[in-house]
Amino acid sequence: MAFQAIKFYQTGTFTVGNRLLDPEQRSVQADMARTNALNSGHRACQGCGEALGARYAIDAAMEAADGQLIAVNATGCLEVFSTPYPETSWQIPWIHSLFGNAAAVATGVAAALKVKQQKKVRVVAQGGDGGTTDIGFGCLSGMFERNDDVLYICYDNEGYMNTGGQRSSATPPAARTATTPVVGGSPGNVFGQGKNLPEIAMAHGIPYVATATVADLRDLEAKVRRAMEIQGARYIHILVPCPLGWGTASHDTIRMARLAKETGLFPVFEAEWGELTSRLTIRRKTPVEEYLKPQKRFAHLFQPLPELAIVARLQALADRNIRKYGLVEGGAS
Amino acid sequence: MLKQIEGSRAVAEAVALCRPEVICAYPISPQTHIVEALGAMVKGGELQDCEFVNVESEFAAMSVAIGASATGARAYTATASQGLLFMAEAVYNAAGLGLPIVMTIANRAIGAPINIWNDHSDAMALRDAGWLQLFAETNQEAIDLHIQAFRLAEELSLPVMVCMDGFILTHAFERVDIPTQKQVDAFLPTYAPRQMLDPAEPVSIGAMVGPEAFSEVRYLAHAKQLQALSLIPEFAAEFAEIFGRDSGGLVRSYRCEGAETIVVAMGSVLGTIKDVVDEMRDLGVSIGALAIKAFRPFPLTEIRAALQEAKRVVILEKSLAVGIGGILSTNVRMALSHLNIHGYTVIAGLGGRAITKASLHRLFAEAHAERLEHLTFLDLDQGLVERVLERERSMRRSGPIAESILRDLGVVAARL
Repeated sequence: MAFQAIKFYQTGTFTVGNRLLDPEQRSVQADMARTNALNSGHRACQGCGEALGARYAIDAAMEAADGQLIAVNATGCLEVFSTPYPETSWQIPWIHSLFGNAAAVATGVAAALKVKQQKKVRVVAQGGDGGTTDIGFGCLSGMFERNDDVLYICYDNEGYMNTGGQRSSATPPAARTATTPVVGGSPGNVFGQGKNLPEIAMAHGIPYVATATVADLRDLEAKVRRAMEIQGARYIHILVPCPLGWGTASHDTIRMARLAKETGLFPVFEAEWGELTSRLTIRRKTPVEEYLKPQKRFAHLFQPLPELAIVARLQALADRNIRKYGLVEGGAS
Repeated sequence: MLKQIEGSRAVAEAVALCRPEVICAYPISPQTHIVEALGAMVKGGELQDCEFVNVESEFAAMSVAIGASATGARAYTATASQGLLFMAEAVYNAAGLGLPIVMTIANRAIGAPINIWNDHSDAMALRDAGWLQLFAETNQEAIDLHIQAFRLAEELSLPVMVCMDGFILTHAFERVDIPTQKQVDAFLPTYAPRQMLDPAEPVSIGAMVGPEAFSEVRYLAHAKQLQALSLIPEFAAEFAEIFGRDSGGLVRSYRCEGAETIVVAMGSVLGTIKDVVDEMRDLGVSIGALAIKAFRPFPLTEIRAALQEAKRVVILEKSLAVGIGGILSTNVRMALSHLNIHGYTVIAGLGGRAITKASLHRLFAEAHAERLEHLTFLDLDQGLVERVLERERSMRRSGPIAESILRDLGVVAARL
């Protein structure tokens, strides 16, 4: 079969038409036999990054597990918009228990499968950033340290969007949320707080940790596939822009995710056993303003007067990520 | 097989005979010996086809049990006191999802002040979580109730708590009859779940339900507990046939024939109460006792039937609803609606305070003579309470209550 190298600038994005790729390289979504694990008809907002991320991630996991998959869901947008009574979008066995216990419920599912010697059936747990980095953190950390055979996927939209956009420990500095309003001397979320869950996951020494965004769904699919090859605790942290919470246009979800990566604010990497094994380099280094300006949650940084000092601090965070993870080709790694 | 062993060990052996498939363990006194023993059995190979998971909290313990049960495994855990409260959200969830988990509660007080000793505050705090609650009077009954609990849970698709008094039962060494595997297998069939996470037949469990059907879902939970009112005695009778002894059931009367005064209680204190009843009967006092074995579902009809001929009822309970009084007694009084029976609530044994025969003799004699207050705190040191209240009246910064009381009692070392 003739092979044609793809140049990404041909499309202006990372989106590559499937017809240009070898069949085995094509997206799971291009396959007639895709499972539609999260089926159409759900009630996510227009442009929802989480719905997109979940669909690609779970379909990829389904393909890797040969259809033998059980999903555990934390409370949150994904749970609410996918299963309003009496409807469900899930075409796979799925359980929602509580906000803070998805990782532990998944441990229980894995334990039951182990004792029943159902070795082929795999377990995925999923939650938003609130359910993962805050209220579900204890159970998640426990699942990690026991190295339970669970793939945990965090869909990070940087706040409690289901309850009206409050701050979580994944909310970036300076961002306006319902609980970090634009009032007082330092508007929005404060600097110097929050936690980096992928790094915390790595510190547990688990076999696989990866980050991804919905701007690069091939990369996401590849990471899910890699995670599914491994037994033990695995963690994938996906940046999923939220048009409602971020104040962005619905058609800008993928662009925002790409800018988060291209600015260096959201480093995209993989790690095995606590050590960095790969990172997606920045194709065209972009100043943080380009990412911040289209988002209403950062509008106070640009009007009525530009808050140059705050933007510079955010740029410094991006530059630090670039240095730390070696996100620019030829730069320090 | 007769054995002289600790209550916790006995329960662990009974649970093992029930062939649990996933056990989640988190330490909290006075429950810990149970899961320790089970862990050793799994590791040593005595208990096979079982996953023993050391979790990071009670909240995780119940959550792991939820996941395991929803995947079709027989799941078990044990806890007490603060641990039960820490897992409270998941306790409700397990019941709401209809997952037949069995959990031992080694009944213990709830802080503050922190207290590791026995009372029923923990089980009472979660009495309306949707679980069946069975109370054991002896270690033998604790063993037997666990075996019945798995059967009930799986038949109804509802979780069951087996409550046994912390330390008084869990740490007591006494002779018990450990059933054979053959007996347990004859009584307890393999778990056949009503719902299950199965790739061959995908279902969504735990979906959101709004006002259009929430009342119906809750009503179904209530209807199932009402089914348990007939299943509990049915299974207890079947149990007696296979194992050769009476255990469990809804209520049990002791020397209530023609009794003018009947004492109602739950758990191990019934042993002391029965001794006092015997001694008072010998003195010609017309008194009996009623043991409530199932607190949820609450056997209103059976309790009414057992008490309706009495002139007065003394409800002795190891729990306190602050601001009103009794919990068990409030429930019992509902069973006595429109009956002309005097009801006395006695709060006793809080935080492990010994309930002595001497105190019960005095208490029951006063009740029998209609001299008791309607709410009594057994052996309360009224002077101590008055001194604390006086200190609070006389100074603003009266200090931590527990510390003041202990200093007053001279229990702690004086300040240097």
